[in-house]
Amino acid sequence: MKAQKNSKFSETLLLQGHIIDSLTFSKVLDRIMERGGRFSIDEIHVGQRKNERSRALLQVGAGTQGRLDELLKELRNLGAEVLEKEDVRLAPAPKDGVFPEGFYATTNLETWVRLKGRWVRVRTEQMDAGIRVNRARSSAETVRFGGVKRGDLFVIGHHGVKVVPLERPRDAALFEFMTSDASTEKPKTVFIRQIADAIRQTRRQSPPGKVLVVAGPAVVHTGAHKDLAWLIERGFVQVLFAGNALAAHDLEADLFGTSLGLSLTSGAVTHGGHEHHLRAINLIRRVGSIREAVKRRKVRGGIMAACVRKKIPFVLAGSIRDDGPLPEVLTDVLEAQRAMRRELEGVQVAIMLATTLHSVAVGNLLPARVRTICVDMNPSSVTKLSDRGTWQSIGLVTDVGYFLRQLREDLTR
Amino acid sequence: MCPPSHYAIRYEINPWMKITHTVNPAAARRQWDALSSLLRRLGVSVTLIPQRKGSPDMVFTANAGIARGRTFIPSHFRYRERQAESAAFTRFFKRKGYRVVDAAKGLYFEGEGDLLSYRDMLWGGFRYRSELSAHEKVSAALGKRLVSLELAQPRFYHLDTCFFPLDERTILYYPGAFDAYGRRVIRRFAENPVAVGKADAHRFACNAYRVGRKVVLNEVSRALKRRLHALGYQAAETPTSEFVKAGGSVKCLLLKL
Repeated sequence: MKAQKNSKFSETLLLQGHIIDSLTFSKVLDRIMERGGRFSIDEIHVGQRKNERSRALLQVGAGTQGRLDELLKELRNLGAEVLEKEDVRLAPAPKDGVFPEGFYATTNLETWVRLKGRWVRVRTEQMDAGIRVNRARSSAETVRFGGVKRGDLFVIGHHGVKVVPLERPRDAALFEFMTSDASTEKPKTVFIRQIADAIRQTRRQSPPGKVLVVAGPAVVHTGAHKDLAWLIERGFVQVLFAGNALAAHDLEADLFGTSLGLSLTSGAVTHGGHEHHLRAINLIRRVGSIREAVKRRKVRGGIMAACVRKKIPFVLAGSIRDDGPLPEVLTDVLEAQRAMRRELEGVQVAIMLATTLHSVAVGNLLPARVRTICVDMNPSSVTKLSDRGTWQSIGLVTDVGYFLRQLREDLTR
Repeated sequence: MCPPSHYAIRYEINPWMKITHTVNPAAARRQWDALSSLLRRLGVSVTLIPQRKGSPDMVFTANAGIARGRTFIPSHFRYRERQAESAAFTRFFKRKGYRVVDAAKGLYFEGEGDLLSYRDMLWGGFRYRSELSAHEKVSAALGKRLVSLELAQPRFYHLDTCFFPLDERTILYYPGAFDAYGRRVIRRFAENPVAVGKADAHRFACNAYRVGRKVVLNEVSRALKRRLHALGYQAAETPTSEFVKAGGSVKCLLLKL
């Protein structure tokens, strides 16, 4: 009997006594199988004399914590003893923004910690964080450096921490088929159609999953901002993350018909075009905000206008080379991180379009179960993101303009 | 045995008990007196424990624990309604000079109601009242081999309601009270397993007590009496209908010392 490694949740059970005569042992194994659980026998000793007791040590697993609990309850009735695992070890944070020595650094996978003998799921899985435990409430959550307060209790070491590996969902043919290596040789049209299917599927769930788009200014430079705006208007996008540049050039395109001064229709250099994005930023700053500018119909089309009209939350994170920036841009990176994390709730698909820094930043915040699609002309930026150690991310080395047009076409069908 | 001075149905902790199904105290007393005098007539020496007020089920002394030699292993009742009985029984046994060994501490264990001897083995019924682990502890304390039987029907919530080791060869049991594993185990270990029919089982035919060639039990079918006769025994019927209302009969009303 081989250990079933793919059981997400498992416990060690000790069964001892006259378990062979009473058929208790067979009954326990039968029960586990009847309930869809799995087991492996670590050790068995069968009593040789009449009064000698037998003893078996087995691992019992099930697909969910709930099912395992139910199964264990039943097996306890049959005399099985659950061998207590160790609780997590905790230590207080020595000062604000500093984890205790030896703190457990998280992955982007579903994580559980054992508190007072019970497995508790860690809230908001994200990588590169610590696990803060509230003993009174029996709860645990991931916290990054910025959120650490002196005296908070954090998990140290690996005792009592359980990380649940991702199971490949049967329906995710696309993600299963595509490995995470970026390649220019992939048949893009086919993949884009499957991405469209994945988006539709996510929206059809109940409750519908959210689609996040992280976009760089190349979306506007390639003229695909209209396609992205279309996706937003049609309800295929629920959250947008970007920087100052995407918004500035999107507004410039609407106000002046140019992107970085180049005419989006003819491609020609326009007179005074290099100032267009500055004038666009200036106009918005005068009005007060992008939202206000859309409301007052100073801005009518494009990505940002679509977001405002459809009440799609957007987070614009600033960077050191920004012009302006636009009023909605968050210049404090920690604040931007927090804002992004708030909007990630419920996101199931993340599409990252032609942006390296924002994609990597968002990638670090995402739980591994979120399906990630990274589109970029530059193979190295696709690889960077795909290397997050999850098969759930796929990379497409191609022009975002082509990608968005094709995606729009597939979603129109 | 415990004379029924405060016997009544005041709560419902098994499917037999219905608060509306009231006990006739005089009839109960008559039936109990008849049973105890029958036992005495058959040569059984009966020791009495007075019933504690507020413990109406204390008449079912089989659930007090297990008495072996001069050792008493007290029970731990599953239901709060009966938990006060334990102290009274323990006090009684201490006063009688028994060594009290709390082998099932922290676990549910309902004494002889769920743990019976047959062929130098202990047979433990579990699920509704006692826990399997409690029987493991008790059998270890007594140095006996244990056979565990999971009960599968709430009407037969104690092993002694559906399983009666008649002698070294024969076990009377009601197959409907066990699952397939239990039935297999009984058939494997008993030299002569005799299945009791549903109607007799519901009349507590398995809740019996043997003295010599006589089997003391509630009124049962003619077929079962013939069966006992063929096995060399004579049925000594004594009505226990007032106690059946609470889910007990002959065997429940006594604890073997």
